[in-house]
This record gives sequence, structure tokens and C-alpha cells, in this order.
Amino acid sequence: MSGRVLVGVKRVIDYAVKIRVKPDNSGVVTDGVKHSMNPFCEIAVEEAVKLKEKKLIKEVVAVSCGPQQSQETIRTALAMGADRGIHVEVAGKDYETLGPLQVSKIMAALAKKEDAQLLILGKQAIDDDCNQTGQMTAALLDWPQGTFASEVSLDGDKVKVVREIDGGLETIKISTPAVLTADLRLNTPRYATLPNIMKAKKKKIANVKPADLGVDLTSRLEVLKVEEPPQREAGVKVETVEDLVGKLKETGRI
Amino acid sequence: MLSGCSAGLRLLVPRCCVLLSRSVSSGSPGRAAAVDGVLSAFRSICGDDGVSLGEAVREQHGKDESFHRCRPPDVVVFPRCVEEVSALAKLCHRHQLPIIPFGTGTGLEGGVGAVKGGVCFSLRNMDQILDLHPEDFDVTVEPGVTRKALNSYLRETGLWFPVDPGADASLCGMAATSASGTNAVRYGTMRENVMNLEVVLADGSIIHTAGKNRRPRKTAAGYNLTNLFVGSEGTLGLITKTTLRLYGVPEEMVSAVCSFSSVQAAVDSTVQILQAGVPIARIEFLDEVMIDACNRFSSLSYPVSPTLFLEFHGSERSLEEQVNTTEGITQSNGGSDFQWARDVETRNRLWKARHDAWYAAQAMRPGCKAYATDVCVPLSRLPQIIVETKEDLIESRLTGHIVGHVGDGNFHCLMVMDPSDQDELHRVHLFTERLARRALAMDGTCTGEHGVGLGKRSLLCEEVGPSAIQVMQSLKDAIDPKNLMNPGKILV
Repeated sequence: MSGRVLVGVKRVIDYAVKIRVKPDNSGVVTDGVKHSMNPFCEIAVEEAVKLKEKKLIKEVVAVSCGPQQSQETIRTALAMGADRGIHVEVAGKDYETLGPLQVSKIMAALAKKEDAQLLILGKQAIDDDCNQTGQMTAALLDWPQGTFASEVSLDGDKVKVVREIDGGLETIKISTPAVLTADLRLNTPRYATLPNIMKAKKKKIANVKPADLGVDLTSRLEVLKVEEPPQREAGVKVETVEDLVGKLKETGRI
Repeated sequence: MLSGCSAGLRLLVPRCCVLLSRSVSSGSPGRAAAVDGVLSAFRSICGDDGVSLGEAVREQHGKDESFHRCRPPDVVVFPRCVEEVSALAKLCHRHQLPIIPFGTGTGLEGGVGAVKGGVCFSLRNMDQILDLHPEDFDVTVEPGVTRKALNSYLRETGLWFPVDPGADASLCGMAATSASGTNAVRYGTMRENVMNLEVVLADGSIIHTAGKNRRPRKTAAGYNLTNLFVGSEGTLGLITKTTLRLYGVPEEMVSAVCSFSSVQAAVDSTVQILQAGVPIARIEFLDEVMIDACNRFSSLSYPVSPTLFLEFHGSERSLEEQVNTTEGITQSNGGSDFQWARDVETRNRLWKARHDAWYAAQAMRPGCKAYATDVCVPLSRLPQIIVETKEDLIESRLTGHIVGHVGDGNFHCLMVMDPSDQDELHRVHLFTERLARRALAMDGTCTGEHGVGLGKRSLLCEEVGPSAIQVMQSLKDAIDPKNLMNPGKILV
């Protein structure tokens, strides 16, 4: 086994930011807005680094697809303990239409190229909430998948994964190489410390173009409109039960 | 409409369209008329949504997390930027209306009660984190930013703001009350970590206590206005920005617990740990009553005796040295059951007792209210004051649990009392006064962290003496001659 783990990290708008829709309803405002690593990607990185600290795997490679700024996200992963990074350059219009299918193709190509034993991703991104990339990548690679992982343990060339499902917890055992997606309770990601941030500056980030991996970025999806949820209206007080029933009928509620 | 800030910053605030026509009903008819008169002016400054007369909203802004009863203001305003704060203050100044700044309402001394009614300035909509300079270890924040929000924002920079008073409080509010926390022994309190403040005075003037945008790590320039406003509890001005000193996130952390046969042994260990130069991050003392409550509440099995909870920050190598030195010291003082842990899960489990203390205390008498006293004495006097306080608790037939930041000589007595038992409330009140005076007699202070607020004004006079009180009063008269800024707090 190569002992190499690939971790996908996505740069998204920070979870604490209040999202605003652009006036032309074409998307949300991203200019000047704080971005950070997707929280589920942080958990994925933490799990990979933990495996390395337990000496169960040898190398952690952080991958991000996006514009120049995605390198900051890779640097954060390096500060958390990843060994090196791969920045797949996607910018401009291509970046605006970049979605799970294209990212999956990129991840699949890299996983093969890097001879990865495991590919760990966050279960979903907090901007699109797609929850698709892990599953699509596994399908493209024809690898087993352990999604919504809340516990991962390596056992020779197999991986035991406890998955969070609607009914409770499901435990599966899959062979490697495999794709895992991290759920919330998998671990608590470490903070990047200053000494580690400084060390991370010296770690290498390779630049790759999607075309080099033979991936076509054309999107089959077109965003028609983005809208805010309806504003919450003030309540109305009524005097009698009859008034209440009348109002409910008026607004078609009953 | 007067607005100095961009429209995009508007957030949802309580709607009050239905109440626009309602006028203020309050104790003083003269003041009620004055408030009515300015309402439309207020609305033209911060929008219809930025002014609330709703009873629920006013009540929410008239109390904090102390036992002091709710004293609601006449109206609550929600300014969005310092220009609006200034304009609103000018109006209040002209119409002689009290001004009460409000952050998160997590104070413990009744500081936000509007004893003379007036206008509560809820600053929660000013929630921007501005000007982070990671290389300089400083950041500036507005009053709506809480310490957890700031630390979350900083999480990828390797920096944090360590002052941790427990609650997720507004940082500007923490500056106003000179807050402290469990790791003050290593990182200091707000006094040491506020570098600059933007303050709006009662007449609407805006000042920068260290000069606009200035953030040198040290200065010898002029009177220390920054630390004049730190701890002023809203009685001198409204804090609209604070520039804070940041620290590097600890590389590694280790937590430890150790039991002792006596308070003296625990405190002796603390003094020796500090003297040995161990840069201990947290050192907390729990007495046997508190440990017993914690054991029951969290199903733990700590020995029921005075206990120290310790936390160490540093590099792996430095931690090994710190822990070894500390273990040696505790052993030499008869300490037993020394346990320590590195990983997050076990550390949390070890410290669970300390984290749950507040709830564990309340669980001892369900249905009761809890109150925390807060005195601070020189380290060497700590054993004596704790022993005397425990004797007083027994004599007064009161339920009290001792939790202390022993590294600072600061301890809290968590009292649990039946709010309907007037006699018990009275005994608690007298006990608290005796405790404060005991601390004063030992060269200490009547409030280590929580502030003076409503309840400790006369104790403050005893503590600093008439001449110093006179100086404080002169400063207050000079800066706020009409006594509009949070009247009834700190000074009698």
C-alpha cells in the first residue's frame, strides 16, 4: 500500500458570515467577504493527520480546486499537518460553474495519479450543500465508499467505517483504496498554531491544470436565479377566535 | 435620514411597526414626555426598526445574569455605526436622558439596569471585526463581536484572544467591566490586553483613547485614558471599538487534577508552582463541597477533598518539564491522585467537574437561584479567607461552594438560595458583605472580576477610601457632568 492519503479541501464563504444575494440575483456576494476552509474539509484533514500521527499512513496530500486564493486553504491544511499540496487551477467562468461532477473527475484523476490508498473528503460543502463529490468520485474510480463517517479505523487493507444514518449508526468494512466522507462527529479539528503555520510556508504546493488531467470542465448545469428566503412578516393580533378563523381562511391556510 | 454606514449592514431587528403610535409609560412623567419627544428623532437616525418600545424588548435589556431585578429602560435603540451612536447620544444629552450601553447582557452585577429609566443603546448590530494585523498580534472589534466569534474568526491565523470569563460576552462589554477569566494567571485580564478604545461620550463626542488607529505595543504618551475606560462599566462613555492584544494559540495543552488534604496544602502548591516559574495557564481550586456536588452532577468519582485543576500550554518538550515540576511540588505538599492528560477528549473529561461547577451547584437544590461572590486577596491570605468563609457559611446555614482562580488569589463562593425565602436572601446578603469586608481587611478587593455594578458601591468606598472616591467622582463629573452615562453604577 502506498500509504498516501489525499484530502480534498474547499474554499468557501466562512460559516459565520451573513450571506447576501447579489442585486441581479445571479449569485451571492463573494467580493470582500471572509472565506475559510469548509468545516467538513477541516474534519477530513484532521482525520488524515491523525492517521499519520498513529503511523498508519505515510503521507497526507491536500488538494483544492479553484482560483489563486485556494492556495490559502491548502496552506491551512499544511499547517494542520498535511505534507504537501496540489492546487488545481480553476478560475473565472470555469470557477463560477465548477461543481461536484467536474471536481469528482479531477479527484479521480489525481487519486489514480498519486496512487492514493484513501481519498478523504468532507461530506458536503456549506455553500452548495451538494453532498455529491465523494460519492461521484468513488463511482468514477469504482472504489468502495464510506460516507458520513463518524468513526474510521484501519485494519490491514480494509477500513472499518461507522456511518451516521437516519436510523442510527451503521458499521461497514470496505477494502482500500476507498473514498471516505467526513461527518461532523468524526473528530474535533485542531487549530493551526503559529509555529506550524510558519513550517507550512516551506511545504510544497504543486500547480496543476484540469486539462493536464484530461478533465473537461464544461458544466451541464446553469444557475437561473438565486433569491433570498422570504422576509419574515410581522404577526397580526386578533381579538376573537372568530377573527382568527376568518383570517386563516382569508390567507388560504384552512 | 442620518446614516454614516452602508445600507448593506442592516440586520433584522425587532419590528415595531404596530407600536409606532404607542408612547412610553414610565415612572417619571417628565422623563416620559422627554422620551416621547425624541422618538421620531431617534427613528430618523437608526430607522424605524432601530427603535423599540416593546415591553419584552425593554425587559430583555433591563437585566443581566445577576440576581438584581429587571429595571427596564424607557426605550431601546439599535444603532448600526459609531456615527449613529454619536447622534443618538447628542439627542439624549440635549434632552437629559440617561444612556445605558448594552452588549450581551451577560454581566453579573446588575450593570445594565436602568435605575433612572432612559435609553438603552443595544450595540449588537455593530458586529464587525476590523483591522486584523496578524504580524502585530492585534485586532479591532465592534461591540457586537463576542469572544467566541472572534476566536472562530481567528482560527486559521494561529492566534487567539485568551481572556475567558466563561460567558460568550461582548469584547467591548468585557473591556467595560475589566473582565478576567480562568487563564488570567498566564494571559492577564482585559486591563492588560486592551490597547485602544473608541468611545462615544455623553455629549456625543467621539474619542480614541490612544489615538485613532494607533496600536503600538507600548506607549508613554499622556494620561492612560484607555485604562480609565476599562472597568468604567458604562459610566463614562459608550465603547464602540476595542483594539485587543492577541496571542499565539498554544502548541499543545495538558490538563491535570490533584487532590489535597487541606486548603492550605493546595494554596501552598499554587504559590510554589508560580515561584518555580512554571508558566501555568490555568490553576483552579475547588473545595470539597464543590467536588461533592460535581461528583453527583457529572457522575464522577473524585476524592471529596480540596482539589486543584491545572492546565499547561506550550511545546511538547516544555509541557513535559512543566508537568514534572508541578507533580513534584504537589507531591511535596501531600497531594494525591495526580492525573494528567494530553488528548482533547480525556482533558475535557478531567476538567468536566470544573466546567459543570455552576450547574452542579444549582443541582444541589433544584428550583433555587445561584449567585457567585467575587473577592480577590493576596495569595498568601487565600487559605485564611477560604477557611473563615467556610466557617461563616456553616454558621449562617447557607449553601455555598468554593471555586477559585487560585493563581490570582481570586475565588467565588457559589451560593444557592431559595428566591422565595426572604430570610435566606437576607442572610446571603449579609454573608456577602462580611466576605467582602474580610477580603478588604486582608489587603484585597471586593471584586476581582465581576465589577461594582449596583451592589458593591458602598464597598468600593470602603475599599479605595474617601480621597480616591473623591478623585473618581471628580473624573466622572468632568467627563459626564450631567450624569447621563449609566447612572447609579460604581459611584453612589
